[in-house]
Amino acid sequence: MQNFIDAYSFINLRFLLMGLGVTVFISVVSVILSFILGSILGIIRYTEIKYLSKIVGFIIDIMRNLPLLLIIFFTYFGLPNLGFKPDTIPAAILAMTVFESAMIAEIVRSGILAVPKGQMEGSRSTGMTYLQAMWYIILPQAYKKMIPAIVSQFISLIKDTSLATIIVVPELMQHAQIIYGQNANFIIPMFVAMSVMYFVVCYGLSLLSKGINRRIKA
Amino acid sequence: MINIISNHWEELLNGLGWTLLSSILALFFSLIIGSFFAIMEVLPSKTARVIGQIYVEIFRNIPLLVITMFFYLVIPMYVVKINGFTAGTIGLTIYTSAFIAETVRSGIQSIDIGQMEGARSTGMTYWQSMRYIILPQAFKIVIPPLGNQFVNLVKNSSVLAFVAGFDLMYQGNMLASTTFDTINSYLIVGLLYLVITLPMSYYMQHLEKKMA
Repeated sequence: MQNFIDAYSFINLRFLLMGLGVTVFISVVSVILSFILGSILGIIRYTEIKYLSKIVGFIIDIMRNLPLLLIIFFTYFGLPNLGFKPDTIPAAILAMTVFESAMIAEIVRSGILAVPKGQMEGSRSTGMTYLQAMWYIILPQAYKKMIPAIVSQFISLIKDTSLATIIVVPELMQHAQIIYGQNANFIIPMFVAMSVMYFVVCYGLSLLSKGINRRIKA
Repeated sequence: MINIISNHWEELLNGLGWTLLSSILALFFSLIIGSFFAIMEVLPSKTARVIGQIYVEIFRNIPLLVITMFFYLVIPMYVVKINGFTAGTIGLTIYTSAFIAETVRSGIQSIDIGQMEGARSTGMTYWQSMRYIILPQAFKIVIPPLGNQFVNLVKNSSVLAFVAGFDLMYQGNMLASTTFDTINSYLIVGLLYLVITLPMSYYMQHLEKKMA
């Protein structure tokens, strides 16, 4: 019990919360970037442009089927050999964005596929161009359907940022490791604190997504 | 690249073997644990449902790495000595079982309620109807999502590299740091992962289309 009281000193908790801040920062930046990139890639794959869609689709499938950890290693240890040396946080964001864009591209594509075909045909027949129909008619409906999938992708992104601890990104897991590295008695308290923090953020988001979903349906 | 492969193919195959072994073991055990909690979540008893939900929500919302490191650091200190591979596989099992529980639960709930009522009215007990009528149908529905879980499992097994689990990712890191050819080492490792995951996920897409 004493271990817990000692471990949860103000300084340690502040240090953990700083780590949580970095975790959230990396996740939010990556999810925004990969939302944009993923939407573009998803639409390209859906549109069936000659060759381009096939190639983009294949790249998406490759990225989706690689471990994120491998992509992180490649970005941080591989890219410098090609003459580009990113710092730890940018490297983590880059790796996450590459991986998540592929994941979100698939979500976007299946979201668009879930919109009935008549919507596209109808808007085309009113004289809209393909891109206009996509932008004003199809995408708003598709994104509404995608919200739960995108939020759960965001949740797994937050959990996955813990992998970035291997390239010494100062996120939550890394900070917890620093604290229990100084005093082995703090291992269990740190695991409890870290788990609670991840849980609160991730479970909170999933509740939020359920709420939004109910609101949309009602 | 060919140089690395011809000099280090043994380590790479070894790593691939450990990765597959850990994924298959974790799949097997998490199927059992996951189905157990999925059934708890649909039982009439409220206590059982709450326990099932608590298990699922806790392990779905904590990173795999945290669970794995817990088994790697804490369990050997206080309970029993286990090596990295075991700790990693236990972590994978617990993490995946929460996802499998969700999948199986939604499979069970997608079975028409009339099936259960019908089975009960022929005189079967609750457990008999679950075992002979509901679960066989539910498992058929969840085969494609379970396949996707296996793909995730193979990818996630790369956390074994954190706990010296001798898996593919671990060997890849060893290669990268001994040959200094990080690009090619990671490319080879990536290709080896794709050899397992890509055909598997294409096959699952095919199955999904066939069943729909």
